[in-house]
Formats: sequence, structure tokens, C-alpha cells
Amino acid sequence: MKRRDFLKNTITGVVLPSFLSGISLKALAGAPHMHALHPYMNDDRVLVLIQLAGGNDGINTVIPFDQYNAYTAARPNIFIPQEKVLRLNGFDATAFNPAMTNMQQLFNDGKLGVVQAVSYPKPNFSHFRATDIWMTGSDSDKVVASGWAGRFLHDVYPEFPDNFPNTAMPDPLAIQVGSVVSTALQGPLFTMGMAISNPTGFYNLVEGKVNVNSNSRWGEQLDYIELMSQKTDQYASVIKKAAQKVPAQSPDYPAPGKNPLADQLKIVALLIAGGLKTKVYMVSTGSFDTHAKQTEADTTTGTHAKLLQRVSEAIGIFMNDLKFLQIENKVMGMTFSEFGRRIKSNASGGTDHGAAAPVFYFGHAVKPAVIGNNPVIPTNATVNDNVPMQHDFRSLYASILQNWFNLAPDDVKNILMADFPLLPVV
Amino acid sequence: MQKPYTMVIPSVTATLKKYKGKWGRPEAKHLLKRTLFGAKKEDIDFFASKSLRHAIKILLDTPEQIPAPPVNNYNDDKYTDEEIQPGQAWITATKISGMNTGRRRNSFKAWWIGCMINQQRTLREKMVIFWHNHLATESNNVDNPTMVYKHHALLRQYALGNFKELIRAITVDPAMLKYLNGNANTKKAPDENYGRELQELFTVGKGPGSHYTEADVKAAARVLTGFRIENKSIPDVHGVFEPGRHDESDKQFSSFYQETVIKGRKGKDGEAELDDLITVIFQQPEVSRFICRKIYRFFVYHQIDEGTEKNVIEPLAKIFRDNNYEIKPVLEKLFTSKHFYDAANRGAIIKSPVDFTVGLCRECGVAFPGDDNFVDQYGFWLSIQNTAAQMQQNIGDPPNVAGWPAWYQEPLFDKTWINSDTLPKRTAFTDRMVSYGFSRNNNNYKIVIDTVQFAKQLSSPSDPNLLIDELAELLYAVDLPPEEKQYMKTGILLQGLMTDHYWTDAWNKLQENPNDAANTKIVTNKLKNLLKYMMSLPQYQLM
Repeated sequence: MKRRDFLKNTITGVVLPSFLSGISLKALAGAPHMHALHPYMNDDRVLVLIQLAGGNDGINTVIPFDQYNAYTAARPNIFIPQEKVLRLNGFDATAFNPAMTNMQQLFNDGKLGVVQAVSYPKPNFSHFRATDIWMTGSDSDKVVASGWAGRFLHDVYPEFPDNFPNTAMPDPLAIQVGSVVSTALQGPLFTMGMAISNPTGFYNLVEGKVNVNSNSRWGEQLDYIELMSQKTDQYASVIKKAAQKVPAQSPDYPAPGKNPLADQLKIVALLIAGGLKTKVYMVSTGSFDTHAKQTEADTTTGTHAKLLQRVSEAIGIFMNDLKFLQIENKVMGMTFSEFGRRIKSNASGGTDHGAAAPVFYFGHAVKPAVIGNNPVIPTNATVNDNVPMQHDFRSLYASILQNWFNLAPDDVKNILMADFPLLPVV
Repeated sequence: MQKPYTMVIPSVTATLKKYKGKWGRPEAKHLLKRTLFGAKKEDIDFFASKSLRHAIKILLDTPEQIPAPPVNNYNDDKYTDEEIQPGQAWITATKISGMNTGRRRNSFKAWWIGCMINQQRTLREKMVIFWHNHLATESNNVDNPTMVYKHHALLRQYALGNFKELIRAITVDPAMLKYLNGNANTKKAPDENYGRELQELFTVGKGPGSHYTEADVKAAARVLTGFRIENKSIPDVHGVFEPGRHDESDKQFSSFYQETVIKGRKGKDGEAELDDLITVIFQQPEVSRFICRKIYRFFVYHQIDEGTEKNVIEPLAKIFRDNNYEIKPVLEKLFTSKHFYDAANRGAIIKSPVDFTVGLCRECGVAFPGDDNFVDQYGFWLSIQNTAAQMQQNIGDPPNVAGWPAWYQEPLFDKTWINSDTLPKRTAFTDRMVSYGFSRNNNNYKIVIDTVQFAKQLSSPSDPNLLIDELAELLYAVDLPPEEKQYMKTGILLQGLMTDHYWTDAWNKLQENPNDAANTKIVTNKLKNLLKYMMSLPQYQLM
């Protein structure tokens, strides 16, 4: 078999793992020569996707403040006290959960916006299926194998993985923080991303350390394999090099392990600042699956508050770090969750699987706003009441592809398999 | 590497005393990962239900049929074999040409992989490759595929037999006569090649106790003059002794061989000098030590410390000698010993490429086409063979007469299988076999792991904890850290969710309604991601 065919036929993604603590780099190899299909793609814009796994309770995140009575009636056991909500400059009708001080600040500074009630027709209430729909960008009743970002990268780099990396694109097309590359980054045939599994593993790679297991015969063999695995992949060395180029990051990050999302975004900022041309980064945090006791008696505290606090703090520090590293104009990000939760809270002090939910988008170049209206809270909300969709999630993807990555409308339509109206996010 | 890799070799209790500990699935798995290509769940269950003694008896004494020889799978748009019909064995072919030698050698290699994949529950296949590595020949160099096959058949025949007889037979085997120039070794122009390797690599070796001399190499070469390849009829190709080419003078050996003189014999009797030579060599106890060390490295662990040499190798070597170089008593002693089952020795070998590739196919129940579709069947076997070759183990063509460095080269031994070229290829292979496998015939046939089927054989695949525990038990020879299993569950099967029932529901839904495409995709993707991840861990490289 010719080498070219071999690569084409065999390599989906070379996991380059260094284990116990588990870094694994999914990457692809080849000889340099291919260029991107679209010359205008050779800019340096980056998208950061933040998955809020588990289905985030949108109503206690972005509070319909203009319907406060109906809100408290629907959620007698978990509503946020009026005086505690975070108000937004110029948008009196809407408020943030008190845990989201950093995001309130970003909003008021014009660097973060909200798209209300994002979903799709015939919403699905299963975590896995709904996640698949968001990742693939499919209709609710269609099963699609590839991911929306994977199709985007395939559109830009149609030859991948043949002859990659190359001088035009020496870096991974997409990076997933997490050991398994998500469906969103799955191309029509090959996965377009590589995975960096966890912060400890990542810093072990950068510092060339392995876990030492040498107190047994198998452990001694394992040490050797781990060491070799770090030295294995071409992408491992470009990542290491990028990371080592950056002398310092913002001092504001919490200590490692305190905020897992901040730990992940810190790596993303480091790699962008280190000069990787990677287009898409994906991070994930959870679990937002708050069926029971999502707040304490003081409803500004508890599980959901803690989750939102982490998200808000992580995005806030990440944005500061981008500025500190002078790369703030390159980056935009968005959050997403597979679904929102019911309007009415349940008797366990939680919320069950729902439909539409808000999406946050952020960056120094975004057009800040609250896009759309607060969901209408019925005066006598029942367990079956859901937040109806105002915006199709693919409208967000389309807006990012067309207005952030400058793809032609035809390409965008092709990638998303239909036309979706654009939103003024950027 | 930034700094030289320093090895700290942990010690282990070295004794050949009989293993009297618990006999269960972990012990059966350890035995099978070492003695078969991969330990399938059904094989582990089978052997765990027997006693250790019975298990070893099955591995050593089960009667076996000789596999049907390789067939013509190789007609293509450039060549049609006019003599051998498609699907017919080519070892009876009377014609050989530049057009069919390479094709038949590939057919042979594919077939050999097929023998491994379809191996019975015996030690034979492992021993065939052990002897192939030990008595190495290269099919590229031998060229003639009939000779290549006959050589292989000889290794297979003697795999669990008598080593002394194997050496006698291999010395006059046509492939070996060609490979090490025995056929060019005449009294007028003695060729020392085989006389040297016979001692250095095949029998007494180069260990600290081996002191054969250059004069012994010359003497052995002179004893061996006169053999040549008789190939007037290709299917009947064999080694013959031709008295006219034999050196009939006496041959003097060194003190390492007790100053023995092999009396020169005249005429046809000259052939019997080979038996004299083998008697002389096998009187040297270093033969038994050298072979037992090699067996130890192949089946137990690469490093032989002083205690192991004294308490394992030496007693094994004595058993080898006391049994007139029968191989079975040595293997029986080793595989029933306390030392072999010592926890410290489990998982301590890095899989060879053949263990890695064939082992995956067997352990994961990858289905290959049957004999009726021999074209695709051989094609897929050859894909596996090519894959192992790209990982630096091309069966039939070891790097040289010393075999693969993993089994002799200090200090790395089996670590030489793992480098920056081969490790990504190993993971590319596991990724491929989990996700889309190999296809032939316009995707009409495919070899790929059926992940759902693989999970179904487990006790309770709907429980993510048991699913991961049991997969880990099957795939790994060593324990995983709990946080790794936790990650597999939460990060992969549950996608960040905190309650197990989300996986349970999805799995149960698949059983109830396999036609639900969306759910089927969810479950299979998760299982694929889980298996890809598990097989990418360095623990998966160990056996």
C-alpha cells in the first residue's frame, strides 16, 4: 500500500496517551504540502465551545425578572430572591443568577451577550440524544454521524488528514480538552480534532514528566511506554512548544483543581497565545443535571450556584487572561447545553429535563445584547410547561461560521444542511 | 529522550516450586495471555473451570490436526496461475516463477496469521513463532515458497517435540540450507555460516558460560560439508547429502566440547557425522541453559537476575537435559510454577506486534470470512500481517538470523517494540478496528470489532460499573487505577452526567428496540469511544 493510501485508509486519530493521569492527544500525521481550501481562512480567529453537560436550568441562570411573581410562583422552592439577582445595564427585564458576578461584569462591559430560548423544533429530552443533536447539528428526527464543527473544518481542510500537518497548517485543526474527541469535531470520515485529556496530563506532557510506577515489573514497563507516548506525536511537540513559548498567564486563575473549567480554559488560552493555528477548542463541564436539591435553603447557594459560579469565574478569568496575553481580539466563545429545564421546579427542589435555554456568547469583538425575549412564565405553571424555542441553535452556528470565520453563505448552508437566519452576535 | 532511561528492576521470589495458590480467572487469564494469542473470555472461563494441572495438560497434549496448507488466493489482473486453481493448495505446484513466488509467499504469510487467529487451545502456535524467532530464516532470501512452507511445517511439527531432533531436521532443511549457505558448504570451499550460527544462535549461544572457539566453528562447518538442496521436483524439494562434497578428514573440537574428535567418515556414512556433531554439542549443558533463558524471556519476563538464573533457569535446564531435550516437560514445569503466577510477573511483558494484532482479533471476536470466501479471508489475514509488519514484526521475515531484537537485545528487550513510530501505529490500529476496521470487495465484507456484541457477552453491560470492570478485566493484564475507571464511566459512558441510569436506560433501550437508529448510534458511539480509549492506554500494551 502506498503511504498516502495507508494514511487515508487507516488513521482516524492517533491517540497519544500518557496515562494514569491520562493525557491523550488525538492527532494525525503526514507530510507537509496541503493548504487550506479557503485562503481567507488563514486568519487567526478562534472559537471556544463550552459545553455545560447535563442540561442547564436556564430560568435560574438568566432570570425573567420582568415576570418575577410568575417566576416565584412556578419555583417556590428554588427562586432567587429579588434583591440578590444581578442586574444588567440597559436590560432591566432580565437578570443573572447571583453566582455569575464575572459574567455580569462582562455583560456590562459589552463583552458578553445572551441568546434567549435556544433549541430546535421537536426538542428531545434524552441527554445523549439531545447532546448528539447539538453536536451534529441535525434535525430532531434525523441521525447524522458527523459533527457541525467537524464539517466546518472538513470544508476548510478537505484533504485532511492526508498530508497533515503541513507548513500551512502545522497544528491540530481542533483541540478537545477531554480524552475523547466529541462528536461536534467528527468530520465526514475522520475526526478533525485531537484530545488533551486533563490538566495534570497536559502539564506532565509540557514538562516531560511521567507517573512513576517503577515499583513493579509491569509498572517499570508502563513507565517506559508512557515516556515513549509523550514523544510520539508530531502534534505533541507543537503543543509542547506552543505552551513553552508563553512566559506567564494571568495570575487570577484559582489554584489547580478548584475550578475544573478554569483549568481547562487556562490551557486553551496558553495554546492560543503560544501561536497554535487551531481553529476550534472544546471544553466541557458539569453536571448540570439538577433533578433534586439544586439549591440550598438559601437559594443563592447550592449545586446550581456552584456550577454557575465556576462557569462565570472561568469565563471571566479566561477573558482577562486573553487580554493579558494580548490575544483578546482573536477569540470568541459560546456556551451550550443539550437542553434547558422545566419552567416549574419539582418537589425535590430541582428541575426536570426541559426544552429551550439561553446560550452565552463572549469575546472582545462580539456584539453584546440580550437577543430575544424572556421566556413567558405562565401564571399557573404546570410540570409540563416548557420554554418554547425562539432561536434555532443552528442560527448561532451559522452566525459564527459566516460572521466570525467569514465563510460564504453557501458553505454555511452546506455545513449546516439548511439555511438558518443569522443572529447579530458578532 | 531528554535523559537516558534508567531501569530499576524490581525483584521477585524466584522458585520453580509448584504453584499451590488460588486457581481462578485471573490466573487462567495470565496463563492464556502468555500461551495463546490473546485470552478470549470463553477461553478464560473454560480454563478457569479446570484445575491448573488439567489446564496445562490441555495446552500441551491436546491432539491437533495439521492445518490445511495455504491456497492460491493470488490470481489477479497481472497473473493467473495456470497450474494451481484458485482455492487449491499450491505446495503441490511443479512450476515456480518470478510471477508466483512473491504471491505464494504472501499467501503463506496470510495463511500463517489465519493459523494464529484460528488456533486451538494449545501452545503450538506460540511455540511455532518461538522457534521461528529462534531458528530464524527470511522468506525473502529463501525465495522459493515451497521451501518456505516446508520449513514452517517442520517448526510446526517439532513445536512441542524434541529440540535435539528439531536441530537435526532444521540443519538439512532446504530453506535453512539456502539461508545459511549450508548448500554451498563443500570440502573445497567450506562455508562457516551455518556451523557458526548453529552454535552462536541455535544451541550453546553466547551467554557467559559459552566458550566455543573459532576452531569449533571451522570444525563444525567441515562436519557439515556435503549437504545440498535437491529440487529436481519442486514439491519434493529436500536436503540431501552428497558424499563427493564432504570433507572426510577428522574434526577436532575444543575443551568446551571435551576435546572431542569427530572421526571423518567416508562415502554415504559422512552424513552420520551430523549426528556426531549434534551429540557433541548437546553434551554441553550450556545448550539447555541458553534455550531455557530464551523460553523464560518469551513467556515470563525479559530480565534474568542472579536468583532467577540459579533458581529458575538452572533447574529448568536440568529438566530439559534429563528429558533428553523434550520441550514439554520444561514448559509444564514453568507453567505450573509459583514463579510464573507470581503477581510481580503478571502484565510484565510488552505485547509483540503479532500478540497485539492477532490478540485483538481473537479477544474481541472479530469475524473473518470462511474458507468458501478464501480471497477475502486471505486478504484480511494479510491486512493483519501487514499491520504487524508495519509495527516491526513481519512474520516470515525477521530482521536477520538472530530473530527479533525484542527477544535477545539487552537492555531493552521487549521495550524495543515501542518507539515513536510503532506506538502511534498500534493506537491507529486499535482505533481503526474499533471504528471502521478493514474493508474489501467494495465494502461488501469488513472486519471490525462489533462493540455491542462484545459488550453483550459480559455479565451486566447495562451497569456501567460492571461493564467497565469486566472490560478492564478482559483487556488488561494489570489493574487500572480507580480514577481511570471513574473517568471512563463519567467522562465517556455518561458524558459528564452523574447518575448511572442514563447509560442503563440507553443500553436497555437498544436491547428492546434495536431499530431506534438514534439510540443505537448513541450506545455504539459510547462503546466505541470507551474501547478506543481503553486500548489507547499503555496498560493495553502489556500482557
